[in-house]
Amino acid sequence: MKVLVPVKRVLDYNVKPRVKADGTGVDLANVKMSMNPFDEIAVEEAIRLKEKGAATEVVVVTIGVAKAETDVLLTARAMGADRAILIATDDEVEPLGVAKLLKAVCDEEQPGLVILGKQAIDDDSNQTGQMLAALLGWPQGTFASKLEVSGDRVVVTREVDGGLETVDLKAPAIVTTDLRLNEPRYATLPNIMKAKSKPVAKKTIADYGVDVSPRLKTLKTVEPAKRSAGIKVPDVDTLVAKLKEMGVAK
Amino acid sequence: MKTLVWVEHDNASVKDATLAVVTAASQLGEVHLIVAGSGCKAVADEAAKIAGVGKVHLADDASLGHALAENVAPLIVSLMADHDAVLFPATSNGKNIAPRVAALLDVMQISDILSVEGPDIFTRPIYAGNAIATVQTSDKKLVITVRGTAFAKAATSGGSGTVEAVSGASDTGISKFVGAEIAESTRPELTAAKVIVSGGRALQNSENFHSIIEPLADKLGAAVGASRAAVDAGYVPNDYQVGQTGKIVAPEVYIAIGISGAIQHLAGMKDSKTIIAINKDEDAPIFQVADIGLVGDLFKIVPELTEKL
Repeated sequence: MKVLVPVKRVLDYNVKPRVKADGTGVDLANVKMSMNPFDEIAVEEAIRLKEKGAATEVVVVTIGVAKAETDVLLTARAMGADRAILIATDDEVEPLGVAKLLKAVCDEEQPGLVILGKQAIDDDSNQTGQMLAALLGWPQGTFASKLEVSGDRVVVTREVDGGLETVDLKAPAIVTTDLRLNEPRYATLPNIMKAKSKPVAKKTIADYGVDVSPRLKTLKTVEPAKRSAGIKVPDVDTLVAKLKEMGVAK
Repeated sequence: MKTLVWVEHDNASVKDATLAVVTAASQLGEVHLIVAGSGCKAVADEAAKIAGVGKVHLADDASLGHALAENVAPLIVSLMADHDAVLFPATSNGKNIAPRVAALLDVMQISDILSVEGPDIFTRPIYAGNAIATVQTSDKKLVITVRGTAFAKAATSGGSGTVEAVSGASDTGISKFVGAEIAESTRPELTAAKVIVSGGRALQNSENFHSIIEPLADKLGAAVGASRAAVDAGYVPNDYQVGQTGKIVAPEVYIAIGISGAIQHLAGMKDSKTIIAINKDEDAPIFQVADIGLVGDLFKIVPELTEKL
């Protein structure tokens, strides 16, 4: 079974986002960019499937700036992906447009499984995997904390409100990752050097003949309202008195 | 505008998460509901009493019993011929189903809205709540998920909706529900609780978490939450997690114990009405958002607090 893993290049999760003073968005000039953390988990899971013999090939794909070839796509190949596809664009593509492009990629590549991060930590949309599943007419196992593949059966344990749920999907299928699915390995320097020789197919959006024009327009971006620090109480008795005042305790 | 709200339920009763979505939908126009489930007639009858609700579409079919997106999405798409917008709670079920509906309708979903600014304009959090974007859609039909804590809950009585059966549900056969492990608890649900007591990494282990946090929660009739650090360390199961990637909560009172206040955690609880923090590090970022802070050793303070309440 071939596994396709779409990945996104986002502001590194350790960098605090700064809203631009003119309200046009978050400042991405001269800041560290990395692979979306949920996508790293997706790459790791695909590689583990290959190591277990359940997957035959791991292909990563990204839609974004050309530079992705030498950072996120290199990282993914260094982790163990076999090859990469770069669909180069300088424009922001919305989840619906991404899902349409990925459908076109799936039509070409015919993967048995697509593993995606459940959401990107920039726009927090949490949509692309479910949308791709809809466009392909495939089943979806979202927010996965455990994944088992045997033949054309994909069993996914999902993190849901109140606990866990297990679904049994018929491949080809879509899986989106949650935080506790695995801990991604590091891309080591020797592996990064070796990964450079793994192939990257360079494409453009036009190659797929898909309309990805945006449906949403961001009118403005602002910082959230700030809470201000309150008072400090000296001891438990004062805290108890405050709680009684608020009617929380009798 | 005619809106459709997908009702979150367990085939027995309406989940609270639905009520905030009804409020958001009522700001757009007329509110209709879809109750999709198996043996869920009682849910539809209960939902019809929610204030401001018109028609309640009831799809009662064995294939809908577990809210599988593969089976629910086509049903909702069929109802969208007569509706202009469909809204879901941003719960795990809502987030699972809504984008599948959106893609089938060729619509770009608007996720996790915080406010309705106009018939096509909404605000939503991005970058883990570090920025708020105002977005305008050009789609003719709207698909929206609603952050529950951002809207008041609609009243559960006073409505006089009419229940109407919907047919056409079927099992796609491509996915199957196997089972669920849902934690049984006598405490209130995190997202519905008036008071939440949350514990962090400083509790050191699972035994301490239970022996320190839970008695206080029980005394206050509170729900129990945790930081991601405490969940990752295995003190409590994942469904306790409050934060951007866990549950978003906004209770009357949030008591953070041994939680430093990572941005990830703050994003999940900063809309609480009153925040109380107990932490031994007086420079912990949690104190920058806390209304009431107490600096000291939680292992002494919390048992004393529990006893004196």
